[in-house]
Amino acid sequence: MAMSGRRETILWIARDYLKCTGCRRCEIACSLFHEGWIWPEASRIRVFMLVPGIEIPHFCSQCHDYPCVSACPVKALSVDERTGAVIVDREKCTGCGVCIRECPGNIPFLHPSDGKAVICDLCSGEPQCVKVCQEAKFNALWVVREDKTGWGSYNRKLFAQPPEEITKDIAINLYGEKGEEWV
Amino acid sequence: MVRGYAGKFLEVDLSSGGVKDVTFSDDILRNFVGGRGLATKILWDRLGNRWEEIDPLGPENIFLVLTGPLTGIYPGSRICISGKSPQSNGIIGSTLSGEFGNELKCAGYDGVIVTGRAEKPVYLFITDDNAEIRSAEHVWGKEAPETIRILTKEGLELLKRARPGAEKVKEPAIIYCGPAGENRVRTAAVMQKISHAAGYGGYGAVMGSKKLKAIVVKGRKPLPSVASPETVKILLREVERQLLERDRLRRWGTGYGGYEVGARQSSEPVRNWQEEWHDEKRFGGPKFDFRYWVKRYWSDFNCPVACMKIAVIKTGPYKGAITDNPDYEMQAYLGPNLGIFDPDKCIYLSALIDYLGFSGINGGNTLAFAAELYQRGILTKEDLGFELNWGDVEAFERLARMIVKREGIGDILAEGTYRAALKISEMKGVDVTKYAVHVKGVEVGAHGTRSGLDFNPIGYACSPQCGDHTSGVYDAYNDMRMVFFDSAVVCSMCGSPLIWDFYRAVTGWDLTDADWCRVLGRRIAHIQRAVLLLGGPDVFWKPEIHDDNPPRFYEPLPSGPYKGKTTDRKTFEDMRKQYYEAIGWDERGIPKSSVLKELGLEDVDKILDKVRKQ
Repeated sequence: MAMSGRRETILWIARDYLKCTGCRRCEIACSLFHEGWIWPEASRIRVFMLVPGIEIPHFCSQCHDYPCVSACPVKALSVDERTGAVIVDREKCTGCGVCIRECPGNIPFLHPSDGKAVICDLCSGEPQCVKVCQEAKFNALWVVREDKTGWGSYNRKLFAQPPEEITKDIAINLYGEKGEEWV
Repeated sequence: MVRGYAGKFLEVDLSSGGVKDVTFSDDILRNFVGGRGLATKILWDRLGNRWEEIDPLGPENIFLVLTGPLTGIYPGSRICISGKSPQSNGIIGSTLSGEFGNELKCAGYDGVIVTGRAEKPVYLFITDDNAEIRSAEHVWGKEAPETIRILTKEGLELLKRARPGAEKVKEPAIIYCGPAGENRVRTAAVMQKISHAAGYGGYGAVMGSKKLKAIVVKGRKPLPSVASPETVKILLREVERQLLERDRLRRWGTGYGGYEVGARQSSEPVRNWQEEWHDEKRFGGPKFDFRYWVKRYWSDFNCPVACMKIAVIKTGPYKGAITDNPDYEMQAYLGPNLGIFDPDKCIYLSALIDYLGFSGINGGNTLAFAAELYQRGILTKEDLGFELNWGDVEAFERLARMIVKREGIGDILAEGTYRAALKISEMKGVDVTKYAVHVKGVEVGAHGTRSGLDFNPIGYACSPQCGDHTSGVYDAYNDMRMVFFDSAVVCSMCGSPLIWDFYRAVTGWDLTDADWCRVLGRRIAHIQRAVLLLGGPDVFWKPEIHDDNPPRFYEPLPSGPYKGKTTDRKTFEDMRKQYYEAIGWDERGIPKSSVLKELGLEDVDKILDKVRKQ
């Protein structure tokens, strides 16, 4: 464990899919904050339910190497120094979709109104989705301090999986053998 | 522009394959709101003048899937299913939770109106301002898991076509009927997810009669805009805060009822309501919690309560069964009422019933009715093909499958408890209607009246929703609020006194609790009452006979701390008389001319003349 020097941290939203109730209040809180109204399809966090009861909140994992940022052909993506969130410059973004392709979890998506990339920006440090999840004591989402590049930072990228991949594991975790039939 | 509404409804004629948009005036929306209320308006306007002739399972019936202005915005997203009910021959507003309602609104529709009948099985695929009728031949006959799997996959592929590239598209919401609905079983539910059911009313059979297997919807728009967004946001926070205080409901759902309602209240159906008390601690809430629940909080869109829980059986002969909770009604109807006190068996049966698209309450009631006839030697092994003893889950599974496929005796029992009782009485030459626990063709919810600690004596008897336990009546005023939840189309478990402020902030229209309970809600209840009195074509209701409890509710309780107690007929009759007066019906239970005119229902009044003359 590299412990030399100051421990530089970022904000990270830890996720426990086993505890996601599927209330989608995270989508509501996110879209209220970013879009001004309830708009699940424009929420930076999207709950996939490919199998009933297996709800997967899908949002940016903040990979240590940010493949989306380096791949953007118009340099519309940058990393917020303080939070570690990926920030989309909507003026520059052309909606080409390269960031989606480069993301190991195909997490970004194009906004239903203007077709520009949408990525979780951690609400500048106070994620609204976490707030509503915590208030309800569901604890599917909570904020942790993660090393920016040190111990555990490579692990974050492993969370960036397509929803169907996560669904397979969670279905087996919750439903056992029956989960295999579902996916 | 109307606020809170998407602004149009989708109308599909399955006979011609025609699809069009329809709208309703602001005046209609203001008065009938949506869901149950709007259903009464649509059905009355289109079918009211020849109501008795309309076969609920014929092409003339209308299948309605309606949201309301609060759907998706107020906590607890639901959808209201309606039409002429093949159970009551009236109108039931049958709601179920899930994402279908908010998806539909995000797709730009407030509801779906389905008429006619398709030649071959079809499903509707709805996306933003667009709908398509697609073949469902490949899912016809399929149980819930396969139906969901195939339609989800197909829906995703269709959505993906419109959005190529690496982007992940979210799954659509699906309502569907199971094999029970396809075979026009009158106790068939309209289903969502694996366990969400609109059972009361029997609208799964209406779907099946139209050869409509499912409706699949994905909307990409925001929810409709509202009149005062800032106020709505504040109210949403406040209602959530109130709902989060319902800690007991949140933690255990209604899943504590399976033991408590029987042991403490003596009002839980046991062996077709022959008893209402049991003290089977192994059927207790903690047992379900400790052994089966893999998700202790399970919700639908915009619900902080999460009264559902996911139960999975991990070991033993019933391994692999997955269902929610089961909630109290499923615990009771697929547990003690079948003589089953083993949670494993109750969960297994609950999952099976869901997969068949059979209503756990209504169909569960019929299973128990058959078992009592077997107990009494009226139905025999020869009639059934096997023995049907209390607690025998394999036998109940066999019978459920026979009903769903309409095989053998199952064909008669598929008509629901009341109609089956009429047929079996004729067949056997003995009156078995006294064992049928229903009110006006709708099997009653799992709350009895005899101990005096649960439902009041007129709760079911005078309700326009008949046996529906979610909409019992008592004073013709406070009970109207249930009509509002079903019309604004939100979950009644998320009810709050702030709902009227919420409604005003969403729609910009004034409405008070008193306006609703005195006028708007009452108007809806009167249309529901009128069509119940018209009834037909196969069975009709007379208030003096049928505004009553099932005969069993007047037998003394045979066991438990309230042994000997029963529903007092005198009290019942006094209450019924008071209710008639309070709501505005004459001594025969027929809405008074003057009241109907006051409510602006002159056309209803005119048509009811034929009932008055009978």
